[in-house]
Amino acid sequence: MTEVTNEQAYEVRLRVNGVAYDVTVPARRLLSDALRHDLGLTGTHVGCEHGVCGACTVLVDGRPMRSCLMLAVSAGDYEITTVEGLTNADGSLSPVQQAFKECHGLQCGFCTPGFLTTITAGIAENPDPTREEAREMVSGNLCRCTGYQNIVEAVCVAAKLARGAEVAP
Amino acid sequence: MKPSPFEFLRPATLAEALEALAGNPHAKVLAGGQSLIPLLSMRLAAPEMLVDINGLDELAYVRASTDGVRVGALARHAEVQADADAERVQPLLAQALALVAHPTIRNRGTTVGSIVHADASAEMPVVLSLLSGSLTVASAASTRTIPASELYAGPMESTLQQGEIATEAFFPALAPGAGVAFDEIARRHGDYALCGVAAVVTVDDARKVESVRCGYLSVCEVPTVLDLSEVFASGAVGDAALAAAGELALGSLEPEADIHASADYRAQLVRVLTARVVRAAYDDAVDRSDRRVR
Ligand SMILES: Cc1cc2nc3c(=O)[nH]c(=O)nc-3n(C[C@H](O)[C@H](O)[C@H](O)COP(=O)(O)OP(=O)(O)OC[C@H]3O[C@@H](n4cnc5c(N)ncnc54)[C@H](O)[C@@H]3O)c2cc1C
Ligand code: FES
Ligand code: FES
Repeated sequence: MTEVTNEQAYEVRLRVNGVAYDVTVPARRLLSDALRHDLGLTGTHVGCEHGVCGACTVLVDGRPMRSCLMLAVSAGDYEITTVEGLTNADGSLSPVQQAFKECHGLQCGFCTPGFLTTITAGIAENPDPTREEAREMVSGNLCRCTGYQNIVEAVCVAAKLARGAEVAP
Repeated sequence: MKPSPFEFLRPATLAEALEALAGNPHAKVLAGGQSLIPLLSMRLAAPEMLVDINGLDELAYVRASTDGVRVGALARHAEVQADADAERVQPLLAQALALVAHPTIRNRGTTVGSIVHADASAEMPVVLSLLSGSLTVASAASTRTIPASELYAGPMESTLQQGEIATEAFFPALAPGAGVAFDEIARRHGDYALCGVAAVVTVDDARKVESVRCGYLSVCEVPTVLDLSEVFASGAVGDAALAAAGELALGSLEPEADIHASADYRAQLVRVLTARVVRAAYDDAVDRSDRRVR
């Protein structure tokens, strides 16, 4: 991106989905914007830009965090995973993605990247969530379309698929 | 909604961070950013420089000992909440942290940051105040410890000075004979509370109430702690005493109206939550005493 100000630029190496990217950004570049604009990884969505909606959630060293509430210049220490990094190595859908597809867990899809990252970490921590725990897991993410029922269902199905994948040879 | 330009420093030691802050009166500390970055994006804050303390590994700790829990400035809410030793020494910590925002915010936000941020709707400033804890702050020149009772000057205003970094919060241990409880009402789970109350109740060997203290959030401009012992002079936790406790508390609180709740509704929440948490803290105290005896 061309800068219209003469503001100071900082170099940072972002490690995203296993790839290292060297970018030069102003200090005020939000991680969400760096992912989308500087790296072209537009899977991460930006809704509210102040931490409330959850659309921008990415995994930072495996834990879900708001990319709109981090600065790109502060993110060099971490392994970041975006929704683009969730698919299996062979390109097939991950358990959480597969579950969203099967359960009709999305309509417009705007909120989906944030749900997928959040739930991926959630079922890694709690591989067999109750419905109540599934609701708690996604309580920090807003969806304006689905009414959440199918998303909660998808959490349970994803957990089941992930458990199945582990026992499979 | 993008921050305005600022200079950025990411020191590797506390000494470097303090030096940078001393050199620029318009610099601000960046901890978890879960309150500061929204303020920057909304341009409610526009510091010239941010000093990012996330590289100060020396401040990333939770230490529980018999006298209490020491929480370093880089300990995330989630880490404090999950620390089993901290929970044993002072169970109010984990109870309150479960009510701070959502898990995703707790993964990044720091407990010390929320104490410094001084939001009267936040849980941890009330917990520190109720427990009579303290905050250790360092500057390039010196280090001092601020008792919680002297930490809050006004809405969103702590008594930290420009150039100071809070390094550690100290939460005293639960005393023998004491029990705790925390409850709040929020419009949605994970939101800031419309009203929240934390209680510490102590009982004697005969299970009689010795003291009752409550901390209130979202009903005053600063975190507010009240001693409600006098209405429990009989030693029992009956309905009449619990109702009187709510009224006594309201005498010192100033619930205000905002877009989320009328002043009357907040006052009603004070009554209901005071009764609820005092009873729960009493039950907790009795439970713990019984377990100690056994
Ligand atoms: C959607 C959402 C919901 C939330 N809900 C709640 C809630 O229900 N309850 C609640 O309590 N909080 C809530 N929070 C806020 C959250 O708890 C923050 O983590 C916390 O308020 C600030 O901690 P931080 O580490 O993120 O600090 P920052 O945002 O980095 O800093 C906040 C302020 O404190 C100063 N500061 C921080 N650390 C230090 C230090 N060590 N020394 C000196 N100054 C320092 C900064 O300069 C800044 O002025 C919510 C946040 C979001 C985004
Ligand atoms: S865009 Fe980050 S939480 Fe809404
Ligand atoms: S699918 Fe449209 S917002 Fe969730």
